[in-house]
Amino acid sequence: MTSAAVPPAPVGDPPRRRGRPIGEWTLAGLLLLPNLVLLVVFTYRPLIDNVRLSFTSWNISAPVAHYIGTANYVRWWHDPNSHQVLINTVVFTVATVGVSMVLGLALAMLLDQKLRGRNIVRSVLFAPFVISGAAVGIAFQFVFDPNFGLIRDLAQRVGVTVPDFYQQPHWALFMVTVTYIWKNLGYTFVIYLAALQGRRADLDEAAEIDGASPWRRFTKVLLPQLRPTTYFLSITVLLNSVQVFDIINVMTRGGPQGYGTATMVYQVYKETFVNSQAGYGATIATIMFVFLLVVTLVQVRLMDRGRQT
Amino acid sequence: MSTMTKRIRARRTEVHNAEAMSHSGPALKTFGYLAMVITLLVVAVPLFWVVVTSFKQRPDIFTQPAEWWPKHPTTDGYHNAVFGIPFGSYLRNSLIITGVLSATKIVLGVLSAYALSLLRFPGRNLVFIVVIAALMVPNQITVISNYALVSQLGWRNTFQGIIIPLAGVAFGTFLMRNQFLSIPTEIIEAARLDGAGPLKLLWRVALPMSWPTLVAFSIITIVNEWNEYLWPFLMSDDSRTGTLPVGLTLLQTTDGITNWGPVMAATVLAMLPVLIVFLVLQRHMIKGLTAGAVKG
Repeated sequence: MTSAAVPPAPVGDPPRRRGRPIGEWTLAGLLLLPNLVLLVVFTYRPLIDNVRLSFTSWNISAPVAHYIGTANYVRWWHDPNSHQVLINTVVFTVATVGVSMVLGLALAMLLDQKLRGRNIVRSVLFAPFVISGAAVGIAFQFVFDPNFGLIRDLAQRVGVTVPDFYQQPHWALFMVTVTYIWKNLGYTFVIYLAALQGRRADLDEAAEIDGASPWRRFTKVLLPQLRPTTYFLSITVLLNSVQVFDIINVMTRGGPQGYGTATMVYQVYKETFVNSQAGYGATIATIMFVFLLVVTLVQVRLMDRGRQT
Repeated sequence: MSTMTKRIRARRTEVHNAEAMSHSGPALKTFGYLAMVITLLVVAVPLFWVVVTSFKQRPDIFTQPAEWWPKHPTTDGYHNAVFGIPFGSYLRNSLIITGVLSATKIVLGVLSAYALSLLRFPGRNLVFIVVIAALMVPNQITVISNYALVSQLGWRNTFQGIIIPLAGVAFGTFLMRNQFLSIPTEIIEAARLDGAGPLKLLWRVALPMSWPTLVAFSIITIVNEWNEYLWPFLMSDDSRTGTLPVGLTLLQTTDGITNWGPVMAATVLAMLPVLIVFLVLQRHMIKGLTAGAVKG
C-alpha cells in the first residue's frame, strides 16, 4: 500500500480528471444495471401489479383477470376470517417484537458481565437463528405434540395437564409465537450485546459514583444510550415478524379451524394458492403493504425525533 | 515498549473489573449463573429432544412417560430419512441453488455498492434509494405476480425459476456501500493519481481493504439462501428442484400420521450443515449483522 504515502491531492481538479465523467457514468450504469433490472422486475413490478390485481377476480393459472372494482376490498372488510387474521397478526407481532426485545436486552446485559462460560452461552443462544424456520417448525411441532411431546412430558412429571396445542386456536397461536421467539431471540441479543460493548462506560461509572440506584442508572443512562439500537431493532424485528411464513406453514398450515394461526402473509398465500383466489390474495397483500409502510414511516419519524433530542 | 503499556493497561482493567464485580456481590453472581443455566437449558433441551427422538425405534417414541435416552438406539430413522425420501436430491438442489444464488448476489452486491459509493454519476442518491427501498417490500407479497410471470415462462420446477427472481440485492448493497465509503478518501485519490482505472481501483484497492465485511456479507447471504422457504416451496412440486426445507415439508405431508423418527432424523440432517458453518464462522456473521445495525 505505497499509495497511502502519496501527499494529499492538490486543491482543484487535476487535468486528467476532465475526461473521466462520461466513461465513469457508463461504467456505473453497467455495474448497476443487472441488480436494478432484477429489483424492478421482481420487487417493484409485482408490488404495482398487486394493486391492479386487487381489483380483479382471478384464478392464478387463468390467463385473464376480470375487473370487479372494489369488490375484493369490500369482501375483506366484511370477511370474519380477515378479522381473525388481523387480530392474529397484531398479537403475534406485538408478542414476538416485545418479548424478543426485552429478553434480548436482558440476556445481553447478563452476558456482558464477567461470568465464566459466557462465550459458550452466547454461541448457544445465537445458534437457533441460523437454522431454517422449516426445520425449527417441525422440531417444535414434536416438542409441542399433545400426546408424546416434550412439553407434555415435562408437565406430566410435575402433575400439570397441558392444553391441546394443535386443536385450540389460542394455544396454537401461543405455540407458534413461542417457537418464533425461540428461533429469533439470538438476533436481538447479538445486536444489543454489540451496542452494550460499544457504548461509553464512563457515564455509567460516573452515575454509580454519584450514588444513583441501579434502576435509575438503567433508565436514565443505559436506555437512552441504547435508543438508536432500540429503534433499529424495533423496525427490523417487526418487518421480520410480519413476514413469517415457514414456521406457520410447517406447524399448523394456518389452522386450526381454518385461520387459527394465520397471519396476513399466510392469508395472502392461502387465498392465492390454496383457495385459487389470486385477486383476493393481491388485495390482502396490498392492504398489508400499506399497513407496513405506515407503521415503518411512523417508526422512522420517531427515530429521527429521538435522534434530535 | 507498547506491549509493556498494554500489559499495564490490561492489569488496570482487571483490577477495575474485580472491583466492579465485588460491588455486585455473591448473591447477584449466583443469580447470573442461574440465569445462564436456564438460558442454556431452554435452547438446548428442545434440540436434545429432537436428536434423542431421531435415534428411537418407532414404538419407543410413543411411550408415556417419554424416554429421555433411547432404550433401543437405532439409526433406522436416518436410514428411512435418507432413502425413504430422495434426500440426496434435496441436498443437491439446496447446494446448487444456494451456491449459484449466493455467488450471484455477492457479485451484484459488490458491483452495485462500488458504483454507488466510489463512482460519480448524476442521480446516484436516487438510485441508492431505489435499491434500499426494496428492503421495505416483503418477498411474501411479491410472490403472486412473480408466480404468474415465472409460470408463463415455463420456469416452474426449474433452477432458473427459483434463482433469478431472488437474485436482486438490497441489504448487501447497503452493507458494502457503507464499507466502501469508510475507506479514507486519501487512499482512493492516491490510487487514482497513480493511474488506477475504476475496475482496478475496485479490485486492487477497495476490495482488499474490505475483506471482513465481504466475508460477513457472504456468510449472511449463504445462510439466508440455504434457509429460503416460500419461493422454492411455491416453485417446486417434487425433488426435481425442491430444497431441503421444502423436502422436509413434503416428508411431513406424505405420511397421514407423522412418523416422527425419520422426520426428526431428516430435521437433524437439515440443521447440521448450517450449524457447523455457524460454529466455525459465527464471528464473521455477527460482525455483518451488527455492522448493519450500527450504521443503520
